[in-house]
Amino acid sequence: MAVVEKEKRIFRIEIDPRLCKACVICVDFCPTDVLMINGNTVAVKNLDACNGCQLCDNRCPDFAIQVFEE
Amino acid sequence: MSTPAEEAKPLAKKKKKVPFDYSPYIRGGKLPHIWCPGCGHGIVLKSLLRAVHASGTSQNDVAMVSGIGCSSRTPGYVDFNTLHTLHGRAITYATGLKMANPKLKVLVITGDGDALAIGGNHFIHACRRNLDLTILVYNNFTYGMTSGQTSPTTTQGKISTTGRHGNIDPPFDTCTLAKAAGATYVARGTAYHFQELEKIIFDAFMHKGTSVVDIIDACPTYYGKYNKYASATDMMEQLEKDGTVSVKQAEKLTPEELEGKLLRGVLHRSERPEYSEEYGKLVTSLQSKK
Ligand SMILES: Cc1ncc(C[n+]2csc(CCOP(=O)(O)OP(=O)(O)O)c2C)c(N)n1
Ligand code: SF4
Ligand code: SF4
Ligand code: SF4
Repeated sequence: MAVVEKEKRIFRIEIDPRLCKACVICVDFCPTDVLMINGNTVAVKNLDACNGCQLCDNRCPDFAIQVFEE
Repeated sequence: MSTPAEEAKPLAKKKKKVPFDYSPYIRGGKLPHIWCPGCGHGIVLKSLLRAVHASGTSQNDVAMVSGIGCSSRTPGYVDFNTLHTLHGRAITYATGLKMANPKLKVLVITGDGDALAIGGNHFIHACRRNLDLTILVYNNFTYGMTSGQTSPTTTQGKISTTGRHGNIDPPFDTCTLAKAAGATYVARGTAYHFQELEKIIFDAFMHKGTSVVDIIDACPTYYGKYNKYASATDMMEQLEKDGTVSVKQAEKLTPEELEGKLLRGVLHRSERPEYSEEYGKLVTSLQSKK
C-alpha cells in the first residue's frame, strides 16, 4: 500500500519586540505550544509544531506577531 | 461531465496563508499603543479594521468618533477621519458630522462608562432617531482609564475602586437598552470570538440606521486585578468564552442554564426610516416651496 505523505507546511513567525508587551495571550491560546515568554517579549520555542492557525495574531492586542506560510 | 474548472482543481496549489496587513490602517509611528498588556481593546480594534477592510470602504469615507476613556483612545491610532471628543459626547459629535455630511460612514467608539453613564442620554436618543451611526461599545465592565470604578455594566457582586465590598447596582444590558430605545441593528460580540466579532461589526457597519454592538473585552489591570482573575487569558475564558452563549446555543438551554450569561450574536434587526435621509427629504420639500 502506498503511503502518501502529506506535504509539510512550513511557517515563519515574525515578532516585533518593540510592540510585544509579553501579555502571554498568544502563548496561552496557541494550540500546539509553539510560543514562550522570554524576558520582556514572546519568543518561538518550537516552530516545527506551528500549524499556521493564526490564533496568536488574531488574539494579540498589540499587532506584535504575524505568521507567514513559506 | 466535469467542467474544465473542476478538472483543474486538484492541480491548483493550495493558497498560502498570509496574515492580514493592518499597516495601511495604522497611522505611521503611532504604535505601540497606550493600552496595558493584555487589554482587550487592541483585539477589538483588529476585528474592526478587518471588518472595514472587508466592506471595501475608502478610508477617506470613514469617520471615527470617540469620547474619553481607554477605548476612546482608538481614533489616535487609525488612518481614518478621526475625532476624539469629550467624555460621554461622542454620539453628539458623530450626529453633527453625519448630518453635515451624510455620505460619511460614521463609527462611534465608546466605553461602557462613556456610552451608558455620562453619555446614556445621547445613546438612547441616537437609537430613537435611527441616525445611521455604527456605535461600538467596548464593554469591559469598568472605567479603565480612571482606575477601575463601578460602571453601569459592572456585574453585581464584583469589586471596583468605588465598590470595595461588591457592586449592589443591577447592571444595564446594553443590547436590551439599545433595542428598547429604537436601534435597528443590535448585536453582541467578544474579543475572544474575534472572527464572529469581525462579521458582526461588518454587518453593523453596512446596516443603514443606528447599529449598536456591545463588545465584551477585558481590563486586566483593574477589573481583572480587583476580581482576582489570574490573567488576561483567564478573563477572556471566563468572561468572554464561558460568560456568553450564542443566540443559537441559547435555544437549547433552560432559563437556569442561561442564568448569568450574556447572549452573543445578532439580537435585533429591523427597518425604519433613517434620520439623515428624512432630514434631507424635509430640506428638499421646504426648498421646493420657495
Ligand atoms: C466630564 C468628565 N467626567 C469625568 C471624566 C473622567 N473620566 C475619564 S475616562 C472615564 C471613564 C472611562 O470609562 P469607559 O468609558 O468605560 O472606558 P474604558 O477606559 O474602560 O475603556 C472617566 C469617568 C472626564 N474625563 N470628563
Ligand atoms: S499560528 Fe497557531 S500554531 Fe502557529 S504559533 Fe500561532 S497560534 Fe501557535
Ligand atoms: S499576544 Fe502579542 S503582546 Fe501578548 S505576548 Fe503575544 S505577541 Fe506579545
Ligand atoms: S486600564 Fe484597563 S481598559 Fe485601560 S488600557 Fe489598561 S487594561 Fe485597558
